[in-house]
Amino acid sequence: MNVLRYLIQKEFIQIIRNKALLPMMTILPIVQLLLLSNAASNDVKNVNLVLIDKDRSQTSRLLRNKIEAANEFSIVSYATNNSEAMPYLQANEADIVLEIPNDFEREYFRGEAPDLQLLVNAINGQQATVGFGYLNRIIAGFNGDILENGSMAQMSQTAPRAMIQIASRNWYNPELKYTHFMAPGILAEITALLTIVLTAMNVVRERELGTIEQINVTPIKKWQFILGKLIPFLILGLVILTVGIIASKLFFDIPIRGSVTLVFGYAIVNLVAVLGFGLLISNFAETQQQAIFVAFFFVLIFILMCGLFTPIESMPKWAQYFTIPNPLAHFISVSRKVLMKGSGLADIKMEFIYTIILALVFNSLAIWSYKKQQ
Amino acid sequence: MPENIIQVEGLTKCFGDFTAVDAITFTVKKGEIFGFLGANGAGKTTAMKMLIGLSKPTKGMGSVAGFDIAKNPEKIKKRIGYMSQKFSLYNDLTVKENIRFYGGIYGLDKKRIRSKTQSILKELNLNDVAGTLVAALPLGWKQRLSFAVSMVHDPEIVFLDEPTGGVDPHVRRQFWETIYEAAALGRTIFVTTHYMDEAEYCDRVSIMVSGKIEALDTPENLKHQFKAKTMDEVFLKLAR
Repeated sequence: MNVLRYLIQKEFIQIIRNKALLPMMTILPIVQLLLLSNAASNDVKNVNLVLIDKDRSQTSRLLRNKIEAANEFSIVSYATNNSEAMPYLQANEADIVLEIPNDFEREYFRGEAPDLQLLVNAINGQQATVGFGYLNRIIAGFNGDILENGSMAQMSQTAPRAMIQIASRNWYNPELKYTHFMAPGILAEITALLTIVLTAMNVVRERELGTIEQINVTPIKKWQFILGKLIPFLILGLVILTVGIIASKLFFDIPIRGSVTLVFGYAIVNLVAVLGFGLLISNFAETQQQAIFVAFFFVLIFILMCGLFTPIESMPKWAQYFTIPNPLAHFISVSRKVLMKGSGLADIKMEFIYTIILALVFNSLAIWSYKKQQ
Repeated sequence: MPENIIQVEGLTKCFGDFTAVDAITFTVKKGEIFGFLGANGAGKTTAMKMLIGLSKPTKGMGSVAGFDIAKNPEKIKKRIGYMSQKFSLYNDLTVKENIRFYGGIYGLDKKRIRSKTQSILKELNLNDVAGTLVAALPLGWKQRLSFAVSMVHDPEIVFLDEPTGGVDPHVRRQFWETIYEAAALGRTIFVTTHYMDEAEYCDRVSIMVSGKIEALDTPENLKHQFKAKTMDEVFLKLAR
């Protein structure tokens, strides 16, 4: 036990003396939080539209006014025909071209259900679908308005008489603030990421300097060495997490509905898993470059497949299984559930179980693959 | 007759097709200063790493301080000190912190660490720089500190791998004086070097040429045997 104390003491002295580490632990998380939470947004706030009104009637003007009044759209141009509108799509300046056909008003009141043509620029699928959705809602609303409006005497047979109104309320994030959704995820991501890289680099650095050889000729036990690295970096990870939570509360006023103790309790298990993974990488790397490249490879997969940017539920089935050995996916899920929904221990049971298994597997492999002898 | 503290028979290490150490056999007596000589790449470091448990032997047998090198490397580690050719103290720790750290992982208690720290600082005259980062010390001081730290747990044998690389003759001489002091305390010293003048300071030397031990005796006898005036000449004759 005493040996372990000296290992941890030495690691902390080195951490404190390392001038690059302190800013890395404080400024980096804050910058990432501010930048990513705001910028890496899936919100579609502005859809660029080209309008072709071939009808130029009272009814088509009504529809135009409605679209112009909607916040989500900005009209890039009023074209008179398709060939005028196409260059905007080509140049990516417009997301949607809406064409109101010639006999729109006449057909509408005859009950012939005129066709509106929508050309959607689907290069950005997200923008396209969401924009299409907004526009659909407006057109449906327009339909309803006219039906309600008694002045229109000749009501069509085909137009629906009564519309079903769907009133939705957004739970857990009522204002649909994207930062509230992103910040808890990014918090988890930064904590895991920094600790993986820091541990992987740390052990390899000792190998490069030759100090690890000096430690290997002492009667130190393998588990002592691994724990001696794990504990200081675990504490480091918790510091980063604390900085991150305080920053997210200050800058984004993220809701903290569940127990912070639960988040930290889970974070400890998760960090043990992640650190074990970092140590595992370091055992196979001879130089810091190698360690960074391998860590980068895995971190990239972890981040893109953790549900931070794309929901795990919309991944193909086989890819969803790959998120099980991804400690980051569980961390983000716990962070969002506990902070935003106020989930308790029972709700994050599965994440806990998976993470404990990962922690055991990664650390056993790290101890096993740490060779005192060549 | 003093007992053999190191005993090696047919020790071999291969890396793939390459045989770095080719069936070497020798013994080292307790209390001896044993010079392990050879050109760069002759296999000195590899042979030494097998003795101290950093490298597994491919073939052959060996025992150090009474324990088998293949079966009980961890038991050997308690009884030996090692100073590698790479400087292996922590540059970002102070002199005192380095002594405390290595004392600590060798399992010394607090009191013992304190007294060891004091005696090392005094012997090496490092009291003024006890709180200085090791990075700031001159190379010669670093090497002597590194040697002292490798003996912080009072080992029976100390293995030194080219301890005097990169310093001037004067500092090398100083270093050898500290080696003599350690030997005077009854410690066995196993030292590799490719400086032939240093060979003269050893009780016995072995000369390794491409993985094999080609000669082993006292410097006097070797010079006589090869009809040479200096160890340098002996070495040149062997290497040819």
